[in-house]
Amino acid sequence: MRAFTYSRAAAVAHACQQTRDGARLIAGGTNLLDLMKLEIEVPEVVIDINRLDLANIAQSGAGLRIGSLVTNSACAAHPRVRGHYPVLSRAILAGATFQLRNKATTGGNLCQRTRCYYFYNRDQACNKRDPGSGCSALEGANRIHAILGASEDCIATYPGDMAVALAALNADVEVTAPDGSVRSIPVREFHRLPGDTPDRDNVLEPGDVITAVTLPAPVGGTQIYRKVRDRASYAFALVSIACVLKMDEGRIASAALAFGGLAHKPWHDSDMDELLTGKAPSDTLFEAVADLLLDGACSYGQNDFKIGMTRRVLKAVLREATGMQA
Amino acid sequence: MPLTINGTDHDFIGDPRTTLLDYLRDECGLTGTKKGCDHGQCGACTVLVNGQRINSCLTLAVMHEDDQVTTIEGLGTASNLHPLQAAFVRHDGYQCGYCTPGQICSAKAMIDEAANGWPSFVTADLFEPVKLTTDEIRERMSGNLCRCGAYSNIVDAVTEILETKR
Repeated sequence: MRAFTYSRAAAVAHACQQTRDGARLIAGGTNLLDLMKLEIEVPEVVIDINRLDLANIAQSGAGLRIGSLVTNSACAAHPRVRGHYPVLSRAILAGATFQLRNKATTGGNLCQRTRCYYFYNRDQACNKRDPGSGCSALEGANRIHAILGASEDCIATYPGDMAVALAALNADVEVTAPDGSVRSIPVREFHRLPGDTPDRDNVLEPGDVITAVTLPAPVGGTQIYRKVRDRASYAFALVSIACVLKMDEGRIASAALAFGGLAHKPWHDSDMDELLTGKAPSDTLFEAVADLLLDGACSYGQNDFKIGMTRRVLKAVLREATGMQA
Repeated sequence: MPLTINGTDHDFIGDPRTTLLDYLRDECGLTGTKKGCDHGQCGACTVLVNGQRINSCLTLAVMHEDDQVTTIEGLGTASNLHPLQAAFVRHDGYQCGYCTPGQICSAKAMIDEAANGWPSFVTADLFEPVKLTTDEIRERMSGNLCRCGAYSNIVDAVTEILETKR
């Protein structure tokens, strides 16, 4: 690990100023320190934000405000999250381990970086780690890589589970800027597609600090988080689906679907939600929804299987959510 | 910078790069906590901080001012084993023993988490009191790898402690 200077943020404003000037913020540290040991992250200044008062979960209007320093464990176990947003509890519990979730934070989890093998290997070309160097994954070991929204510069995926549930729930990310202004970014717009600047994972600007995630009023319905992975526990998703769906008199009253493991961001397409809404559930309908998702899919060899698997998992989730035989 | 380790006051002075794991082993002489992968993947470095289990390799010592750290040395001694340690011996819950301190710290925290009603990925009902079945134990201990493959005996050791408690 390269040498750095360490200090603690006394206030959010201080953290904003420091990160605007190039410092890295450390919260749980489970991803940042891993990357610093590999010298993929080489900050000269590390600012510890753990002592800021951002670790509370509180009612906010009809919704819920989750401070950015709330740990994944605390969020998943919170009675209101379990009761009103079970897809969020389920998604968090599907990721990592108890040890990691006890440290990992809400804000840090949103900012975690890809687990692309070539991003992690400094001997390989990676436009995300070293812009302009190329992408070794395109013709390499790309079993875990994207099938949607990738570019010729980067086919990495966003690895998290929590943000996939947040996308289905249409949560907002609350961000404080160095001038003290606070703005809300829909989580569906927080992560970005790689394009020709894959070094940027999300839309945060220098000096921005995530201070909370806010959930809208509970919508109820059936909430499912289905994750397909290589091991039964402690593995990243090959494909994951967050589904929040309500039925009314045999028809789908509302639906929100989000996908992990498929793209550089949690994937959400409101056209899919709209296609489901108002319809009676049927396999024909679910095939049409899968077509909408996958007609533009592009695979790279080792991840060809993801296209068919995503279709099958999507249909199974929709059958379960609508009460059809799974 | 003050912190408490196994009930004893310590004062961390050093390079901020020092992980809690390296501090415990190299500066405090507490070599019970093991370094396996050093990247949060194996769980050999699991310790308790303020009662919660974490990977001590993925946190900096300097971040733990005023925290209460408990390592395997703080749970039991050779002459006064923690009940989990005794159960691991009875059930042969190890072969080489390298992962064992992390397994035992992790199991201790797992029992407390379950008592607090924290669900896991395999918990069917998010609100029911947690019963640590074999499936629950396997899921909740998945952050502790054992290359010797003593898993079934580790589950037996933990299960015995749970049954003693009931």
